[in-house]
Amino acid sequence: MRTKKIKGIKFGLLSSKEIRKMSASRIITPDTYGEDGFPIERGLVNQQIGVIDPGLRCKTCGGRMGECPGHFGHIDLEAAVIHIGYAKLIYRILTATCRKCGKVLLGEEDRKQFLEEIERQKERQADVGEVVKLVFKEAAKSRVCMYCGEPQQRIKYDKPTAYKEIDEDEKERRLMPNDVRERLEQIPDEDVALFGMDPKNARPEWMVLTVLPVPPVTARPSITLESGQRSEDDLTHKLVDIIRINQRFMENRDAGAPQLIIEDLWELLQYHINTYFDNDIAGVPPARHRSGRPLKTISQRLKGKEGRFRGSLSGKRVNFSARTVISPDPDIDIDEVGVPEAIAKELTITVNVTERNFDVMRETVRRGRTHPGVNYVRRSDGRKVKVTESNYETLAEELDFGWKVERHIQDGDIVLFNRQPSLHRLSIMAHYVMIMPGRTFRLNPTVCPPYNADYDGDEMNMHVLQTEEARAEAKILMAVQRNIISPRFGRPIIGSIHDYITGLFLLTKGEKRFEKEKVLDILHKIDVEDLGEPAGTFEPPEGYEVSGTKGDEVRPIPYWTEKQVFSMILPRGLNLEFQGKTCAKCVERGEECKKEKCSRDAYVMIQDGNLVSGIIDENALGSFKGIIIARIFRQHGEEITKTFIKNVSRLAINYIKQAGFSFGISDEDIPKEGKEQIREEAVHEAEKKVERLIRAYEGGELEALPGRKLEETLELLIMQELGRARDYSGDIAERYLGIENPGVLMAKSGARGSMLNLTQMAACVGQQSVRGERIKRGYRGRTLPHFKPGDRSADAHGFVRASFKDGLSPTEYFFHAVGGREALVDTAVRTSQSGYFQRRLINALQDLEVKNDGTVRETRGTVVQFKYGDDGVDPSKSDSGKFVDVDEVIRESLKVET
Amino acid sequence: MKKERVSILEHELVPKHEIVGEEKVAELLDAYKIKKEQLTKIKLSDPVIKEIKAEVDDVVRITRRSRIAGKSLSYRLVIE
Repeated sequence: MRTKKIKGIKFGLLSSKEIRKMSASRIITPDTYGEDGFPIERGLVNQQIGVIDPGLRCKTCGGRMGECPGHFGHIDLEAAVIHIGYAKLIYRILTATCRKCGKVLLGEEDRKQFLEEIERQKERQADVGEVVKLVFKEAAKSRVCMYCGEPQQRIKYDKPTAYKEIDEDEKERRLMPNDVRERLEQIPDEDVALFGMDPKNARPEWMVLTVLPVPPVTARPSITLESGQRSEDDLTHKLVDIIRINQRFMENRDAGAPQLIIEDLWELLQYHINTYFDNDIAGVPPARHRSGRPLKTISQRLKGKEGRFRGSLSGKRVNFSARTVISPDPDIDIDEVGVPEAIAKELTITVNVTERNFDVMRETVRRGRTHPGVNYVRRSDGRKVKVTESNYETLAEELDFGWKVERHIQDGDIVLFNRQPSLHRLSIMAHYVMIMPGRTFRLNPTVCPPYNADYDGDEMNMHVLQTEEARAEAKILMAVQRNIISPRFGRPIIGSIHDYITGLFLLTKGEKRFEKEKVLDILHKIDVEDLGEPAGTFEPPEGYEVSGTKGDEVRPIPYWTEKQVFSMILPRGLNLEFQGKTCAKCVERGEECKKEKCSRDAYVMIQDGNLVSGIIDENALGSFKGIIIARIFRQHGEEITKTFIKNVSRLAINYIKQAGFSFGISDEDIPKEGKEQIREEAVHEAEKKVERLIRAYEGGELEALPGRKLEETLELLIMQELGRARDYSGDIAERYLGIENPGVLMAKSGARGSMLNLTQMAACVGQQSVRGERIKRGYRGRTLPHFKPGDRSADAHGFVRASFKDGLSPTEYFFHAVGGREALVDTAVRTSQSGYFQRRLINALQDLEVKNDGTVRETRGTVVQFKYGDDGVDPSKSDSGKFVDVDEVIRESLKVET
Repeated sequence: MKKERVSILEHELVPKHEIVGEEKVAELLDAYKIKKEQLTKIKLSDPVIKEIKAEVDDVVRITRRSRIAGKSLSYRLVIE
């Protein structure tokens, strides 16, 4: 077949003549299938307009089901009907043309100018809409026709499809569709151009229908239910309605029925045709199915997210993909994905059999459908053969060069892995397959942050790449280790989370001494060749058994420190200094930073790959922070970073497993004195202060803050006071819980949760708010009947003095629910809104491109930005968004000199 | 009391706009290998354009303070 090139696309209206010309059959009966089960002739499921029943042949083209594309039919309407899609335009044209001669109500001079302007816009390939708008505006002003002298009448548009003419005496006269059509017919071709229409392809009167095209049955196939009953498509239902009314109209008119009945039927016909095009018109009740469900008509098929454009054309379903629940596996690498065998046996990669892989492929075929096997083979002649229990042995024997084998995916194959919503490019990354037992995809928890995944039932998708090009591209551009640094903020997005951070924090905190066995135990999953020199030795305590000693021989035991153990996974040549999360910010308080001598051990110092001081926490290795990871990535590259992250995970998990870590309800316990202190010093004090504020306000002694009313000032001060009370009670709780408390430990190390969460659980929930203010809605003058009207106290406006562990009083519980609901609504609204904003932003920016000269340009080459981001920096190749870390460079170069 | 007219150019949020000389424009277009129409545009009715009395077809250089880069330059073609 000769390929043809599309030169252009022309849009126009269908004329009645054209509709008749393309019609294969005039439809007259509203019935579909006859008693014999065959389609009725001249009916809606006509054999001349397409076949959907297997075995039948099309009477127009002779094609069978699947061959015949379907042909249009037509219905001759007994009365003209407005096309709903053009109703507004028809109105505009009516107001702009003479009611008698049909000419556009513009003077010769204006007419010429507008025509020229339209011509100019067309030449520029620009939008003529603006000019046309002016034409309508100008022409509608004339009260008298400048050509035939006919005085014009005002026209009223009654949504959706009625027009009325109002004469001098304010009397209304309905313009029926055929009147409208007659008027539109009068408009001369030369004037049609003024509306931005091409009279050859779109005459205005074609917007009033006299013939209705009937889409082929292939576009509205009926389905057979299990009961054997046929269920017609919504469009067919609608067409049945149209034909019925059309017939009734004809019968009534021929029988000479009164005008009123005729008009009612006309209106009904208009309604059915309106809803046939669009069943979602404002002010019109939607046409419903017998079951009460609104019908899905033409407009509904095309419109919106699930419509033909966004749903079927821009986005389609794909083959070679799988979806299942994800679960964690800290032992696989960050760029691996565990794939269930059941999935691996369904997904295939096509391999060409050649001299070089012949033996391997024959082995694969010989395994048949058992795991690393084959599902289909394609012979050299292109015939596709399904591999079955009975034929795989013969196929393996027959296998030859030039065959294609669709083999199962196996360990080491590269696939794409994705979690929706795909909000950034890191939502789809390339992983290497590892076949595993079970039914879930396995994922290293460190790659959860880029996907924003967790294991509470999340599902993810996997796509198997089918061509060498795709595989190469995925490997080079999309591999997980390529994407450790986020293109958004230039810092690692992949890093330790949760228990990994806790484990590392526990490991590197305090002074620990590990003997050799212990060190090896912690590091047993990590490839460490040399433990290095031990930090020192200690005398074994009484009764201590040392392996390898004889009798009473007492030998000092060598030990390694916790910092040394961590250093074993750090690459050589790494020098780094930064503050950990536990830093007390001495510098901000005007004191000097004691650096590696820090009493809290918050200053991390790494020299030549040795951790000299500091506790490892979220700042060092966490996702979104990860100072160490960022440095290793820049200095040693992605492969070493990948191994490092893997080693960190294993080290952390091994250590936390041995150290033991848990958090239970009793970890929120605060001793009696503590409770007392919170109640007295924090809550009571604050309540007293609030009371004083209220008295001052009522006594008129309160001074208003600048820019605030007196009452606002009071509220503000109360909020501040109660906020302080919660913070203070949190501080007290923290003192009693201590850093050894697992909750505090997680909050301080950045593993999970915050001190606020702990405060609310252990000490005091604090003030509940709606729109940033204390809760004041409810009854007149009070929030609940439990309080006196006008009560301004803390209790009466949503201060919760209890902690979650203590339990809330009924009023407190209610206020908490009020405040909680706002948070819930906010998140629901925010996600949908930001999603839509993002969609609009992406649509606006998707064609912009950074060119080689550093400019950002759109498709026509117009410059949008002279230097990308004003600094020309690609954040994914930057250091936290900066081109270079100047401090680091200085420190590095000073070191070289000394 | 008669209100004193303040030039918007002195407002701190209005970046510096200046008309670029013919020769410089040619250099600029050559440097980026673009035509004049490919520059970003600014309307003649823009308050700053009125203030500096630029005309259609002039090119203005806008110097902005940038949070990221310190200083950023852009050029705009004055259109109707």
